[in-house]
Amino acid sequence: MTQPKTFGPETLALHAGQSPDPAFGARAAPIYFTTSYVFPDTDHAAALFNLERPGHVYTRISNPTNAMLEERIAALEGGVGAIAVASGQAALHLAITTLMGTGGHIVASHALYGGSHNLLAYTLPRFGITTTFVDPQDPDAWRAAVRPETRLFFGESLGNPGLDVLDIPAVADIAHAHRIPLLVDATLVTPCLQRPLALGADLVLHSATKFLGGHGVAVGGLLVDGGRFDWEASGLFPTLTEPYDGFHGMDFAEESPIAAFLLRARREGLRDFGACLSPMNAFQILQGMETLPLRMRAHVANARTVAEHLAAHPLVAQVAWPGLASHRDHALAARLLPDGAGSVLSFELKGGRAAGRAFIEGLRVFSHLANVGDAKSLVIHPASTTHFRMSAQDLAAAGIGEGTVRLSVGLESADDLIEDLNRGLYAASRVVQG
Amino acid sequence: MELSVNDTSTYLYTGGRPFDRQQPVVVLIHGAGHDHSVWNFQARQLAHHGFAVLAPDLPGHGRTPGTPLPTIEALADWVEALLDAAGVVHAALAGHSMGSLVALQTATQAPARITRLILIGSVAPMPVAPPLLEAAAHERNAAHAMINQWSYTPASQLGASPVPGVFLTGLNQRLMERQREGVLANDLSACNAYQGGLEAAARIAIPCAMLCGERDQMTPRKAVKPLQEALAKVPGGARMIVIKDAGHAMMAEAPDAVGDAMRGFLTST
Repeated sequence: MTQPKTFGPETLALHAGQSPDPAFGARAAPIYFTTSYVFPDTDHAAALFNLERPGHVYTRISNPTNAMLEERIAALEGGVGAIAVASGQAALHLAITTLMGTGGHIVASHALYGGSHNLLAYTLPRFGITTTFVDPQDPDAWRAAVRPETRLFFGESLGNPGLDVLDIPAVADIAHAHRIPLLVDATLVTPCLQRPLALGADLVLHSATKFLGGHGVAVGGLLVDGGRFDWEASGLFPTLTEPYDGFHGMDFAEESPIAAFLLRARREGLRDFGACLSPMNAFQILQGMETLPLRMRAHVANARTVAEHLAAHPLVAQVAWPGLASHRDHALAARLLPDGAGSVLSFELKGGRAAGRAFIEGLRVFSHLANVGDAKSLVIHPASTTHFRMSAQDLAAAGIGEGTVRLSVGLESADDLIEDLNRGLYAASRVVQG
Repeated sequence: MELSVNDTSTYLYTGGRPFDRQQPVVVLIHGAGHDHSVWNFQARQLAHHGFAVLAPDLPGHGRTPGTPLPTIEALADWVEALLDAAGVVHAALAGHSMGSLVALQTATQAPARITRLILIGSVAPMPVAPPLLEAAAHERNAAHAMINQWSYTPASQLGASPVPGVFLTGLNQRLMERQREGVLANDLSACNAYQGGLEAAARIAIPCAMLCGERDQMTPRKAVKPLQEALAKVPGGARMIVIKDAGHAMMAEAPDAVGDAMRGFLTST
């Protein structure tokens, strides 16, 4: 008897979730561009609605192309399944609304993507769900923020804007001691650099718009269930452990002790909130994922070259990239992100807002826009764009300097990126020198 | 639902419909290191088509507390006790892998009570490879990986699951991890030690179907023959149903084909 063999990430990125098309033998993933599916007979239709048989009824609930994407990310993350949704924001919303209703409470890292922060800080309180934000590096802060009504811990593998590394094993231990799951946004690392479920997280979300797609053409989100959290034993999640009148009186944890979360999220969350992913977007994200492992290696190599170059430049006050020894989380990154700390980094230009503007305008290869994770290199200067209304003091409170520049380092020739950065730095230097 | 069996509260999945013992009863017996949830689709199909379904979590498995029972004979005694507790006089039995041995032994012990038998992924005897026994006892994760490797076809291991968004081998691995320490080792030892299968089969005189995955590596088709031949008293012989493109984990890999085959056999005249 031979020893079992598991597939590597390169193989899973190409094949997981997809067999050659049984109808025509198509090797590429077919795009099932349909809203609905013909029932062979009324008994079969009833069986699909009763969950006597698996299958597709309506694309808002499931779609064969989306299912390929869902299985592929689940395989890469080491989960039991996944749900594809319209965006990363929709994935976060789906996770939260599956676990709690009004009165629910979340403990979240304060180092979050702005969109997630908006949802938690401003929008969800209107629906009775509140969040306490904590310093992700302070275990006591996570512990102290827990309330009887807390139902979720949430953080990012690499937090915005300082690229803080989330100590997933430590935070997961605290969450589990309180019978609460940990959700990790792993958008900036992808399963090629970190698999949060293996480190103790219970749920993982991605803005698939970013590195998973890589091409910047399709918005999408993915929510992965690790299947380890025991909802029944926790006793804090009646949405998963008590009969639900809205779906056959189903007790989801009884139906599926392992995948109860996914079952409720699909049967209620997708059905009722409706943030489904277009199968065209699913196809485009699948195409991107085929090369994900190759791309992430190249992203990390270019990011290192860029980070080291910037760190040595006299006009740069500081570079925030955990792959550099100067980053406060460098040791943590070496432990939790051994294959690289991603390719998003930020740095502080001497010379404030004016230098930042001059730098941006001096670039030709980096694209000036509000996104990350594209194959093309991207740049943004928060003080003159996304945060332009904020005073220097308010920016500092948000961890952003007037000269802070964020880069998403792409896959161009490293020499060309360095030359482009030098061009921008020269333009900035002329402002500094007056 | 829950029932007290041998003074232990026992969990029984009923396929999404209330249990009604006035309808034909079918008991679904899961395999080693598993629980009731391996039967989700088949249980729901049967329960929605006129059967009263009892899919227990065996002692020490899933939601049923206690110590896992060490032998197939003890498990068969327990199934009889379950029927008593449920007030069931006659029932059909279906079992997967270890559960098929339990079904076979129960049908031999209580021939007056068992009406039909469905053996899924079944061979007798059921020797377990020593490396798997060893891993189950001392290195659970390695045992889970072996079971996943040998229970699912290569296509299933890469995905393309019939259930949208569910990665089958990931789900099975977590299900085995969820069971208590020692459960898998106990179950595999019970399978390995059970030597009475062919003798029991020779006494079976009720209708019997055998479901075999076309690509099953754990209980391959050629290994099923001795058991099929031993079922000589079965009226018309044991009915062999091959589940196309499926491995040992055929309820998950081909839920429709398995459910249809079970229902077809249970309703056949």
